[in-house]
Amino acid sequence: MAEEIRFWAIMVLIGLGLFFTFVSAVGVIRLPDVYSRAHTASQTDTLGAGMALAAVALALGWQNATIYTVLLLFFVFITNPTAAHAIVRSASESGIDPWTPETDADAGVGDPDTEGAPEQYDESDDGGASR
Amino acid sequence: MTPTWLSVEEVFLVAAALFVVLAIAMFYRAVKGPTTQDRLLAVNVLGTNTVVILALLAAGLDEPWFLDVALIYALLNFLMAVAISKFTVERGGVL
Repeated sequence: MAEEIRFWAIMVLIGLGLFFTFVSAVGVIRLPDVYSRAHTASQTDTLGAGMALAAVALALGWQNATIYTVLLLFFVFITNPTAAHAIVRSASESGIDPWTPETDADAGVGDPDTEGAPEQYDESDDGGASR
Repeated sequence: MTPTWLSVEEVFLVAAALFVVLAIAMFYRAVKGPTTQDRLLAVNVLGTNTVVILALLAAGLDEPWFLDVALIYALLNFLMAVAISKFTVERGGVL
């Protein structure tokens, strides 16, 4: 009975981890600018990785390797949003403008992939070198 | 009930293969991304997927030392993201 519950808990955790990682991949590929991409990367990817690592910890049972897996889970939960925040802060200090519906209207064509690229290089040097 | 034709190890190996497919999809954004931060974010997500793949292989192949590699890889991934984002700001967007 306990073995059955553990098996199906592992299945559910693996399935949810795959689902959330898929959502994260779709978001990183399809969303319009770096801020929204960092949003989906910091939230759904952290949740998907955490669920997959929880499934691994549940499958390993009581042994030394489980301690490594739980440490890895906590480490991923702390560092993944921190890294996304550092990347977004660097994008903000480089002068990349956030996407709004008006930027698509100004560009005329709906090509979100070229948006935000030129502003990075014509920014003067006082934008963040002092921090 | 627990099905007899499905073992936990096989499920872990299949899930690792699907995570590899999702990690390869990140290369699209890493190659195409218009800004440096887009590429950095894509590589960061890919590194997180690599850590998960290593943990799934450690459970699926019953080789617990893969978890040591995954722990070091997660540490290096985080340091890479923070360091490159600081460098891109201090050098004016060009690395």
